[in-house]
Amino acid sequence: MSEMLSTSRRDFLRKCLTGAAVLGASGRMELFAAEEQEAALAKSRVVIAHDATLRGVGTTVESHRMLSLLDRAMQALFERDNPIETWKKLVRPGETVGLKVNALGGRGFSSNLHLVEAICERLQEAGIKANDIVVWDRDSDELEHAGFHVSTGGNRVQCFGTDRVDYEQELVTHGSVGSRLSKILTQRCNVLINVPVLKDHDGAGVSIALKNMYGVIHNPNKYHPNGCNPYIADLNMLPEIRTKMRLTICDATTACFEGGPGYKPEYSWKNNALIVSQDPVALDYTGWQIIERKRAEKGLKTLEGDKRAPHYIATAADAEHRLGTNDPRRIAVVEV
Amino acid sequence: MKARGVLLVMVGVALLLDASCKRQPGTEQSLFPASNQVAGWAKTGDTRTFEAADLWKYIDGEAERYLKAGVQRVSTADYKFENKVDAVVDIYTMGNADGAEKIFESEPAVDVKPMQLGDEARLYSQSLVFRKGAWLVRIVAFEESAETQQALLQLGRGIELRLAR
Repeated sequence: MSEMLSTSRRDFLRKCLTGAAVLGASGRMELFAAEEQEAALAKSRVVIAHDATLRGVGTTVESHRMLSLLDRAMQALFERDNPIETWKKLVRPGETVGLKVNALGGRGFSSNLHLVEAICERLQEAGIKANDIVVWDRDSDELEHAGFHVSTGGNRVQCFGTDRVDYEQELVTHGSVGSRLSKILTQRCNVLINVPVLKDHDGAGVSIALKNMYGVIHNPNKYHPNGCNPYIADLNMLPEIRTKMRLTICDATTACFEGGPGYKPEYSWKNNALIVSQDPVALDYTGWQIIERKRAEKGLKTLEGDKRAPHYIATAADAEHRLGTNDPRRIAVVEV
Repeated sequence: MKARGVLLVMVGVALLLDASCKRQPGTEQSLFPASNQVAGWAKTGDTRTFEAADLWKYIDGEAERYLKAGVQRVSTADYKFENKVDAVVDIYTMGNADGAEKIFESEPAVDVKPMQLGDEARLYSQSLVFRKGAWLVRIVAFEESAETQQALLQLGRGIELRLAR
């Protein structure tokens, strides 16, 4: 954590120095150049890691290839040579880490099991105890249905749904949202790693990082009108979510360009990729563009043309929310 | 004469009871073929039913589209074909045939093979979608193989026969 904080301080100082240099200069061109420079310095990093051989010669993802892909993505994100070091930048021994997966899509379209196993392996190598890791979503049956093995107690990775522990009694609110939070989020973990799936969403346009937080509250069904806007952004503003969220690892191994969020193989493709970022808005924006490209390739309308563009992404980036950036000039997409 | 009247009333009541039973949640159970009623297919899980108000628990945000089309409930069960292909069958009971058609038509036909099944059907490499009357049936396989399409079609036909009853 101290390393993360010192990095932020360094960034801040660098920006201040840049600003001072600009103020000392004169003329519009210099100011413009400074703005560009600042934008470059403040860019959110989004890593897209691909592996065309992720499934070997078969149709299912191979676990050792998944671990390598995850390492590649994390090393590119944190610019480190050693995969364990990247995780040590993210978590500290003694912290309890929740992996919020997405199990709603059943076996065909939930967070990949090998990906979750790989994350758990690296977390433990970074010093997190197995039983300080909780793999979770809203419902244990859904987790089982998606192929996860529900596990509570003992010195092993925990895996269960909110149904086992319930939601807090107290409502928490922000803007348009008033919800009870999962006790897994409030009582069982102090670090949140989001592990969503890259998919089209009938109501919201796309469901990636920010939308996956619908699985931490008791009443997500109330927040689907108006393309889930501003509900998704408001929900992600809740302090328990905002302060604990450290990273999003989006499972884009199988992705969906239409007909989501349920699994429809006819509208899915084997993308064999992970998308990783600490900025969930930048990640959602990047994921949205990937889905649009696939829609165009398939001869489908854009999501805007289909009257379901994910406007919530812009809301999440606006001055009221500042959850990240949706400005492509401020997003550094790194493909590895 | 009086006895005939009583008999007619009894028959009428019986018919009414039968009709009301068909509208009860849970009767969709009978629409799902048991193991080996369709060659090679085994039913591997219990049938679960979600009423319209709880549909979001099963299909999240997609529920809105079905609600607008007048869905009443969905029943779902898992299947396996010859220990090789896992699949899930969803049978949506809409308020009427227009509702089923509305959902069917709202889904773009991408790389599709139209089929003669029910009122309208689409067969993909890993899924089969068809509608018949007020029902919309979706069968999704989790593995793609040379046999998958044919197997999906056989299971679809087995379900379609049950919808006709």
